[in-house]
Amino acid sequence: MATVKKALLWRLVGLASPRAVSTSSVGTFPKRVKIVEVGPRDGLQNEKNIIPTPMKIKLIDMLSEAGLPVIEATSFVSPKWVPQVAAGAKEVAVFGAASELFSKKNINCSIDESVQRFDEILKAARAASIPVRGYVSCVLGCPYEGKIAPAKVAEVAKKMYSVGCYEISLGDTIGVGTPGTMKDMLSAVMHEVPVAALAVHCHDTYGQALANTLMALQMGVSVVDSSVAGLGGCPYAHGASGNLATEDLVYMLAGLGVHTVMPPASWWQQPRTDQSSA
Amino acid sequence: MATVKKALLWRLVGLASPRAVSTSSVGTFPKRVKIVEVGPRDGLQNEKNIIPTPMKIKLIDMLSEAGLPVIEATSFVSPKWVPQVAAGAKEVAVFGAASELFSKKNINCSIDESVQRFDEILKAARAASIPVRGYVSCVLGCPYEGKIAPAKVAEVAKKMYSVGCYEISLGDTIGVGTPGTMKDMLSAVMHEVPVAALAVHCHDTYGQALANTLMALQVIRMGVSVVDSSVAGLGGCPYAHGASGNLATEDLVYMLAGLGVHTGVNLQKLLEAGAFICQALNRRTSSKVAQATCKL
Repeated sequence: MATVKKALLWRLVGLASPRAVSTSSVGTFPKRVKIVEVGPRDGLQNEKNIIPTPMKIKLIDMLSEAGLPVIEATSFVSPKWVPQVAAGAKEVAVFGAASELFSKKNINCSIDESVQRFDEILKAARAASIPVRGYVSCVLGCPYEGKIAPAKVAEVAKKMYSVGCYEISLGDTIGVGTPGTMKDMLSAVMHEVPVAALAVHCHDTYGQALANTLMALQMGVSVVDSSVAGLGGCPYAHGASGNLATEDLVYMLAGLGVHTVMPPASWWQQPRTDQSSA
Repeated sequence: MATVKKALLWRLVGLASPRAVSTSSVGTFPKRVKIVEVGPRDGLQNEKNIIPTPMKIKLIDMLSEAGLPVIEATSFVSPKWVPQVAAGAKEVAVFGAASELFSKKNINCSIDESVQRFDEILKAARAASIPVRGYVSCVLGCPYEGKIAPAKVAEVAKKMYSVGCYEISLGDTIGVGTPGTMKDMLSAVMHEVPVAALAVHCHDTYGQALANTLMALQVIRMGVSVVDSSVAGLGGCPYAHGASGNLATEDLVYMLAGLGVHTGVNLQKLLEAGAFICQALNRRTSSKVAQATCKL
């Protein structure tokens, strides 16, 4: 009973039924954007140099002080998810893919098998009152399959949302997307999943990340993943750049008048000298 | 008489009257974009290392081989423009600014004085059958004045267009613009100058260049659209030490190709030109595409 209640609670975020895709005017943006800072997880795991844990904790603290509302701390890559591991974790994430080949190579199973596993994880997570975020990789292209059909992305996103992920982060894993393919993919996904439950996760491998993110914002997406300092690289393109840089994203959003951050608790205790608004 | 005829000829590009600004649908783009490659001029003049002229010529040749339709070769910074200097030049450019302070510091005169000088240059250029491109600096912000009013940009652009510049390149000189300010500025300018005569010139100082260009393409979506960029993202910013420079042509071409917009540029050959000039300058490329396809 409690489990059902909680499941309903988590769904409040996505309660609005999927919106018909509207072609909004050029230059219409959400008033608030939630930035999901993935530097400590996605960023660092793709960096050559490994940093000691105390330094990672300091990074997370500094990011928190900067007002970032969500910070991804770490990842567990074990194929078996065990409840004990979640002790201390406030939230967990599961990773699917829009490409069968990528799914097999990345997590050793087909897309359908992965969704079944997610279903089990979601059940256990509900029992432990832990929200689960879903990721879909390769939404704009796959290093193995090449082009990815928007309909496929929509199908996978829908499955992950229906097994209970509260939010679906759509990742251009190898950064090959451009604003047109971003728009087409989102148009398809927004028919299946409410836009309030969608996030975009762009890689800057070909310098397209901010432009693709801009397009997503124009489509109505209001959650964006990024990494401080644009950390990370690309395992498929040696020497390439990594995630969208949070600083550059914040700069753009501030210029657009979009609200992004929550002041940290310590902010309220200090005399305010900086007049810039987030 | 011949002068008048030529003036009319040059105006054919901008014959359509200024369009009312329409809020176009998200994701509508022009079918063709003319890329103006400013690497050999804007890019190199802001680089620390100077390269010998034969290397610069080789760069220009490689860029030409890559299919770039317009390549800015060099600049003359003399306050007095003399006809002889134009010998061999197919086209010249004049630089105005949307900021009075920037105009005074950059070219030692007020905006109005500069437009008067441009008028004289344009008259001489017409006599020599040389088209003149106009640049407006600081369209999205000024290192001295800060915010720049879109109406001011429109006023300056209109003046430069009316003295005879065939095209007006609107430059975010210090790269402080964001897509919203780009849209507001273009909306104002498009009331005064035909969109076919407009180009955007974005700097990547704060990583906003491609996003700003994307917004511009959505606003200016009919007819030929024009974007300035620099191979390898050459250049820097004299006002922000260590900052990056122009929008990188490789990254722009990548985006336009993905959008199905025709540019005529061969990305592979462009990458070779970029690799060549970076090696000559002993610097890393600022183009992400070049970084990703680097074979090192």
